[in-house]
Amino acid sequence: MPGVTVWRAMRQPPQRFILSSWPWRVWAHLLGGALTGLASLLLLAALAVSGLLLSVIGVDLVLMLAATFGVPAAAVERRRMRLVEPVPVPNPHRSLVGAGRRGRLRTRLRERATWRELGYVVVFAPVQVCVGLALAIGLTFAVVLLAAPLIVSNAGPEDVMIIPGRPVESPLHALPATAAGLLALVLCAYAAGLLAGAQVKTAVFVLSPRDEERQVVELTRSRARLADAFEAERRRIERDLHDGAQAQLVALTMTLGLAELELRESGSPATELVSRARGEARLALTQLRDLVRGIYPQVLTDHGLDAAVAEIALRSPIPVDVDIDLPRRLPDAVETVAYFTVTEALTNAAKHSGATQLTVVGRLKRGTLTLAITDNGRGGAVPSAGAGLQGLADRVAILKGRLVVSSPVGGPTRVGVEVPCSA
Amino acid sequence: MLRVVLAEDSVLLRAGLTELLTRGGHEVIAAVGDAQALARAVDDARPTLPDLVITDVRMPPGQHDEGLRAALELRARHPGLPVLVLSQYVATAYATQLFGGSGGAEAAGLGYLLKDRVGEVSEFLDAIRRVAVGQTVIDPEVVRVLLVQHAQSRPLRRLTPREREVLGLMAEGLNNQTIAQRLTVTEASVVKHAGNIFMKLDLDPTEGNRRVLAVLAHLRGETA
Repeated sequence: MPGVTVWRAMRQPPQRFILSSWPWRVWAHLLGGALTGLASLLLLAALAVSGLLLSVIGVDLVLMLAATFGVPAAAVERRRMRLVEPVPVPNPHRSLVGAGRRGRLRTRLRERATWRELGYVVVFAPVQVCVGLALAIGLTFAVVLLAAPLIVSNAGPEDVMIIPGRPVESPLHALPATAAGLLALVLCAYAAGLLAGAQVKTAVFVLSPRDEERQVVELTRSRARLADAFEAERRRIERDLHDGAQAQLVALTMTLGLAELELRESGSPATELVSRARGEARLALTQLRDLVRGIYPQVLTDHGLDAAVAEIALRSPIPVDVDIDLPRRLPDAVETVAYFTVTEALTNAAKHSGATQLTVVGRLKRGTLTLAITDNGRGGAVPSAGAGLQGLADRVAILKGRLVVSSPVGGPTRVGVEVPCSA
Repeated sequence: MLRVVLAEDSVLLRAGLTELLTRGGHEVIAAVGDAQALARAVDDARPTLPDLVITDVRMPPGQHDEGLRAALELRARHPGLPVLVLSQYVATAYATQLFGGSGGAEAAGLGYLLKDRVGEVSEFLDAIRRVAVGQTVIDPEVVRVLLVQHAQSRPLRRLTPREREVLGLMAEGLNNQTIAQRLTVTEASVVKHAGNIFMKLDLDPTEGNRRVLAVLAHLRGETA
């Protein structure tokens, strides 16, 4: 942190600092801090007390929630800092994309940042409340002094005492108090600036990621980014082939078809050649279609996992019993990886297992997709040998899921996938 | 001569299809490139509706199944408007979406074909004509996939090879006369085969579009 923005602003000539928006911003920041600090303390106390009581009867959930209370509170703090510090305080937590409710809690409880944040709330919330209160008193005092002539003129002469025992004779005599009020406001602005800067420093120190946390965060994000990029690339290739080569080939077969018709009418010996060319173009079209389906199946986007799996089941040489029952569409990344796992498992079964019947069962249980592909073959498959499944296991892992292959000698082979789907 | 509204987003294919239809003696009254334009073109053609709408499944703006949806909406607004849906590849999910749950009357004048079929010019023009007069046309590829899948099922194994052939052609929407021509047999023997098939599959013997749907439903493993 190369310095705090507020402190740099305070080093400018006083009139510029005073007349800028800075005094208002630091006051708002500190007064707001008193409110959020108070709210945090009350909530935390309520959670902790009820958590302790409930844990006596064996319910730990509330206590665990209390332990992670620092996470949302710190998120509010990081957000609040933006009022006085344009450089955002980075988030030290891991992404929870795809995790279930329990998984989120477990992940957070294991992170050191969670405990630092809880400490931050416990220690600094009272400080923030005190600082905010002091500032509120100081500001009120300054404003009252500033408005002394008005107060005197409203209350009538001789009724108001600024210094005890010496009533002010007229509003004009209250003018020195106005000057003192102005001075007090300036003092409040500078004091608040110093304190707000100190709060920023503390927040940056405590709430930012440590080096090792930063690496984990960035590593996960870059892997997820890579996976997304692959996904986008596949779709782009599919679209390019659909709009380009596939359309060209259809047009070609159409032209050849028309030529064949005309040649046949004139009885030309070239008819057979053109007919053969058309057959070859159709074959190319069929092969291209199979290729495109392997890159990205349109039916998956349009109709979802169950329809897309039903479709590949229809094309499988071994009969497949599909039983996929999902209450809603799943995230794109989950659908894609699940679809390709089924494709790969069906292909492997057809090649190696000697199975005569396959079943695919898919369910969504507590926000997690579980999918099992089982055959009745001879088993003995070595998961590491299948480069396809290995690659899929990596993709499943990025989504925080897992892919399990069990294939005892003698069978059956079962490929299981579990992928959390964030709602 | 049929008055055709054509929707296809690829400029190349739009031009090619227009040429093919014109050569086949039909009139393309509008050729458009997206789903909204398709609906507008049909409205513009009024008071007389076009004799046939030909549309691609996948079209702008979303490049999903906009064409298919536009076709279904058109059918809802103008019941019985003949629509032929073309697709870069067939999927039973789209066939189900198109014919889904409809009784015999709703399937009248509906067709679903792979784009490749335009290469077989005379058969394609024949399919167009059949859809326009209210018959149902289903791509042989859809039928083939369904037949392969159920080849091992008990009822289908009871069919003779010739009966299985007839079943496939019935599922494509061909009538007895055309099936007889394709297989170079008499129409009477097709009728006999059809009777056997319905008996062995335990289906009600019906004719026309209802028959197509009954066969398809059976092949999809649903109760007819």
